[in-house]
Amino acid sequence: MMDFLYLVPIALVLGLIGLVAFMWTLRSGQYDDLDGAAERILHDDEDKPLPSKKKAPR
Amino acid sequence: MSCCVSGAEFPNAVALRALNDEIMLASRTVEEGLRQTDLSVPAIHCGGCIQKIETTLAALPGVEQARVNLSTKRVSIRWHAATTPPPFIEALNQIGYGAHLYDTASDGKDKTQTELVRALAVAGFAASNIMLLSVSVWSGAEPATRDLFHWLSALIAFPALAYSGRIFFRSAWQALRHGQTNMDVPISIGVLLAFGLSLYETIHHGQHAYFDASITLLFFLLIGRTLDHVMRERARTAVRGLANLAARGALVVAPDGAQNYLPVEKIETGMTILLAAGERVPVDALVLKGRSELDCSLVSGESLPQPAQEGATLQAGTLNLTGPLTIVATAAAQNSFLAEMVRMMEAAESGRSVYRRIADRASQLYAPVVHLTALLTFIGWMIIEGDVHHALTIAIAVLIITCPCALGLAVPMVQIVAARRLFEQGIMVKDGGALERLAEIDSVVFDKTGTLTMGEPKLTKHTGNTETLALAAAIALHSRHPYSRALAAAGRKGIGQFEITNISEHAGAGVEAEIGGSHYRLGRPEWAAPDAKPGTAETPRVVLARDGHLLASFDFDDELRPDTNAAITALKRDGLAIEVLSGDRAAPVQALAAQLGLPHIAHVSPGEKSAHVAAIAAAGHRALMVGDGLNDAPALVAAHVSMAPASAADINRNAADLVFLRESLLAVPQAIEVARRARVLVRQNLMLAVSYNLVAVPLAIMGGVTPLVAAIAMSGSSLIVVGNALRLGRTHMQKHEEPRPAAGISPSRDFPQEFAEAAR
Repeated sequence: MMDFLYLVPIALVLGLIGLVAFMWTLRSGQYDDLDGAAERILHDDEDKPLPSKKKAPR
Repeated sequence: MSCCVSGAEFPNAVALRALNDEIMLASRTVEEGLRQTDLSVPAIHCGGCIQKIETTLAALPGVEQARVNLSTKRVSIRWHAATTPPPFIEALNQIGYGAHLYDTASDGKDKTQTELVRALAVAGFAASNIMLLSVSVWSGAEPATRDLFHWLSALIAFPALAYSGRIFFRSAWQALRHGQTNMDVPISIGVLLAFGLSLYETIHHGQHAYFDASITLLFFLLIGRTLDHVMRERARTAVRGLANLAARGALVVAPDGAQNYLPVEKIETGMTILLAAGERVPVDALVLKGRSELDCSLVSGESLPQPAQEGATLQAGTLNLTGPLTIVATAAAQNSFLAEMVRMMEAAESGRSVYRRIADRASQLYAPVVHLTALLTFIGWMIIEGDVHHALTIAIAVLIITCPCALGLAVPMVQIVAARRLFEQGIMVKDGGALERLAEIDSVVFDKTGTLTMGEPKLTKHTGNTETLALAAAIALHSRHPYSRALAAAGRKGIGQFEITNISEHAGAGVEAEIGGSHYRLGRPEWAAPDAKPGTAETPRVVLARDGHLLASFDFDDELRPDTNAAITALKRDGLAIEVLSGDRAAPVQALAAQLGLPHIAHVSPGEKSAHVAAIAAAGHRALMVGDGLNDAPALVAAHVSMAPASAADINRNAADLVFLRESLLAVPQAIEVARRARVLVRQNLMLAVSYNLVAVPLAIMGGVTPLVAAIAMSGSSLIVVGNALRLGRTHMQKHEEPRPAAGISPSRDFPQEFAEAAR
């Protein structure tokens, strides 16, 4: 009956991880060019992630 | 990639001259020794383009990295600051992409959007977790568990409210401070009171807490807000990405003969400027030396190229077509024609009555009614029971249930769907208010040159055979004159078969060439073939002559925009009063107006245009102004709502409420139809929101609203409103033509596609 004592924190932490992950993708500019990302997947050549954008805030 | 070729542009002489200084100016330092330059490349449109551009640019010496952004059609290039800027623009031109510098300063990359998305994510996280806990409470948790869950909810809700709610609180506070109310005021009050009451209940081990209601409300409203912003931003980016048609600077000759490229703002009266063919006149000026012809269509609406020679005065913004000119500035940029137009736009703006959006008008009625109802509920329960706590609880429940969740989504959702529809048809909407105004119009005022017509001549008829046409086209290919381009486009089939030598262009006369020992002239009849009889006065004529003997003659006319007739018919069917208001001479305006069966006024100055539109408004009518020239800009601002084609002057595209990117004039009736359908749906949604309140409010006043009821009622009404808004996207528009592949975003005026293909 007291299962929720650990289930609830687990649920919250998992949710928080998701939130933090989303914030990270947002900050690293992964939503800047959604159309382009859809096309780039078709390219054969290696497509490395962009270097850190920290010094070039956009 | 054949699709890339179709979007390619002929090398842009103006862009080619974008000098290193200018690139330096527009770039910024990103890291030690690295600079970044952003270019706008309107022709990017597929994965092939990305690859082609990135490989080409990366191969240039000094380039560290080039990255294409397909969504915004921009390329950002990082290069080593030690070197002079690598020739990006030339490299892009060579592979067939027109490019221009993108002004990052005017960008201000959207802090609001990031803030909104973050607030939305936090609200979404909080809402889902609190709802999880609330459902357990609703299913009948024991008091101890219930209290624990309420505390947990409060713990999640508080930071989420503080973070995500800011957006509403800030705007509500702004409005209150100026003694007004907007939709955010009742939202903020409702959300904060719901939280406060819930906290109080939690502390006192109460049975009901509304944490879920207050956070879910924020979540729903943020969805609407974010989508609204994304849509508008997308339209703004698309419009900003269009080629800059104003002169950026000019080559100034100092008294000692030194030549400097100066930005327009630095040009002063009396400076001598070298103006190459293909450049726009930067400031009002007087011709010192040289002969040429000028395209004034964007400035005055004049459809024929105007000759210019020594002593002629030039207005800023006109395009020099054929020969180089030495000109002397007669006014600084801030006193030039363009600046005068901006001043007239400001005057027109202040003369126009301020439009209040439907949502604001609704909230003005709504907020007092809701707050009064809550107050009366409180007083009523005090009289009946005299229990302050119970009366207050019910009064706050009234506020929570009336919190304009559905109302806050009712209008923006419809406008987002409408803007999305229009976006797919190549029509950009600057903001939702423009759609509301567009639905109200009862008359349409069209500019002629560049709006009803394409603003570029087209070959209408020619004497002679296909061979003479191909010959003329082959010669015409070497000139930038609009007639030459029209000829080159018309006769591009057999263009390759001639070996042309000794080609030269004579400003104001025509082009001269030698082919196979014969001497050919293409141009004005009296110059090319002095013996031949001249053409009619009205349609300008060009002839092709061999050794002075007439071979063929060519007639041109300003081509109607595609689907103009269909568009005008559709507008008439809608019962709109239409008229043509042009700065061009009377004869061509009359001919066109007669062809379309429209009333017209010709030879109108920019001030008169604006005054005419203002007079329509004063007479109680609401006019849509459609125009592309600088001379239309004040009228665009004065009109109730305005549209401009993508080929319009920069200030028009910025002033217009809607910009259409495709060539077809059907964009106008299409936009009006979508706007009107959106208005119907907005009204339905407002009715839905009101009827929801008619059901829910009595229940709340009776004290029957538990958190569960509030959650169901609010989510339910929001979903209904959103669902109704989506109907706009689903139902079919009446038949419209297949979207034309041409034009796209690249302004067709400067580089007709056929010409680009013929040139390769």
